[in-house]
Amino acid sequence: MHRLLNIRPTGGTRWLLGAAPLIVVLLVYLAASTARHAVNPTDKLLPTFGAMVEQVHVMAFQTDPQTGTIPLWQDTLASLRRLGVGLAIATATTLILGLVIGVLPLARAGLGPLIAGIAVIPPIAVLPILFITFGLGETSKIVLIVVGVTPFMIRDLAAHIGAIPEEQIVKAQTLGASTWQIALRVALPQALPRLLHSLRLSLGPAWVFLISAEAIASDVGLGYRVFLVRRYLAMDIILPYVAWIALLAVAFDLALDALSRRAFPWAHPGRAR
Amino acid sequence: MSEILAFRDVWVEYGDKIVLEKVNLSVAEGAFVSVVGPSGAGKSTFLRLVLGQEGPSRGSIALDSAPLRPEPGRDRGVVFQRYSVFPHLNAIENVIFGLDCEGSMLRGRLSGAKRREAIDQAQAMLGSVGLGAAAKVYPAQLSGGMQQRLAIAQALIMRPRILLLDEPFGALDPGVRLDMHGLITALWREHRLTVIMVTHDIKEAFKLGTRVLAFDKRRHDPQAPHRFGSTVVYDFPLDEKSKRVVPAEVAAMGEAAPA
Repeated sequence: MHRLLNIRPTGGTRWLLGAAPLIVVLLVYLAASTARHAVNPTDKLLPTFGAMVEQVHVMAFQTDPQTGTIPLWQDTLASLRRLGVGLAIATATTLILGLVIGVLPLARAGLGPLIAGIAVIPPIAVLPILFITFGLGETSKIVLIVVGVTPFMIRDLAAHIGAIPEEQIVKAQTLGASTWQIALRVALPQALPRLLHSLRLSLGPAWVFLISAEAIASDVGLGYRVFLVRRYLAMDIILPYVAWIALLAVAFDLALDALSRRAFPWAHPGRAR
Repeated sequence: MSEILAFRDVWVEYGDKIVLEKVNLSVAEGAFVSVVGPSGAGKSTFLRLVLGQEGPSRGSIALDSAPLRPEPGRDRGVVFQRYSVFPHLNAIENVIFGLDCEGSMLRGRLSGAKRREAIDQAQAMLGSVGLGAAAKVYPAQLSGGMQQRLAIAQALIMRPRILLLDEPFGALDPGVRLDMHGLITALWREHRLTVIMVTHDIKEAFKLGTRVLAFDKRRHDPQAPHRFGSTVVYDFPLDEKSKRVVPAEVAAMGEAAPA
């Protein structure tokens, strides 16, 4: 008999184990929803799947006569643009500052404390400052995402570069490499997979900042819609929206992971076997 | 033979701790110098000095009669026990790295005819260390011995004045180590290298070296052990005869300092 910790699920068993809790959650919801509707057919808290499908149909496939657009796509597009621009700026900033701080002790001494200081400020606390400075438009929402995730990403990347074995850096110097060449050919390539990794980890916080900013001041976006329909207790819209956000987040995570494995096979030796 | 490396009255001190004291040394071109000594006897510090990772607190070091700049440079190649190759480059890219840096200041990467030329040169170098068939393989997929072969090829392609080996075979299996001994001896003869090898394996030191330096403390103060530094206590120029007999006091050093 194997010890419990030595039993490893493979293939179909693994999928089944992963799917089982999801199915249980759905069944529990179904039972609870049916029970509530038996007592009160107009119950709004736990809408039936039928009602949700109906609302998805309205939100995702019908043009809103007031705005002339399809709400779900309009919201998704607006949110993804904010998220994309914010994360692109954050990633570019991280790459440059993380590389400089990681490679040059002078830059680490100069910029390290500043970035460590910014990193401990809760980003939502500076949201009012951003609204005052940048207005209620797109800029403040994008800046919130940038301010929220960049310091963490810079510190992570700089630490990763700083942890490159000294032997490698000395070896590069004995091969005649300059500071610039070491940054470009030793530090940068080894930083890129880590950058993708920390971008993956930052997706979660980035969504939090996006939804927060949209909830407070916006007229379009996934977060805006969810907080808007909350006023009508429209759980049949909120729940599909949340599921949609989760689906997008999972898709980005998987895509970034696949990109990293494809672009940097040397950084994922475990899967080669 | 002419002098390639000279230590003149070199001291290394950290605060009031003296690591090396009064090291005087002259290394001839073409020598294979083995450096042995117990742990903490300044072998690594000695290597860091030659490598330029640090400078002496007092005294001077000269390479080819010019003062040695305390910074690693391409006149001194190195192979460490681990982490000597770049994990993100495959074998041939690792060997070309030095040529890339030399030929392209800005991009750090050769292109066109120069790159093809460099690839030919690197392929030949890989062949001479026995890695001719592994050009496209990443270091993570190479065994420990093969990684060390790669590290040697990577250093040799730059034709360094001195090749520094820091416990290069310490992490290898005995059989592989034996192969590596043959390889490094052959390369040393073929390229007329000057080699300085730090090792804790006394037999290896005497087998490979044309000269064995033993570092240890000459004096010992039990109340303040850090106040006396190490220096070269034995200096054996080896001919074939003395190679067969390891002096007892040096053999004892090896016992005292296992891996």
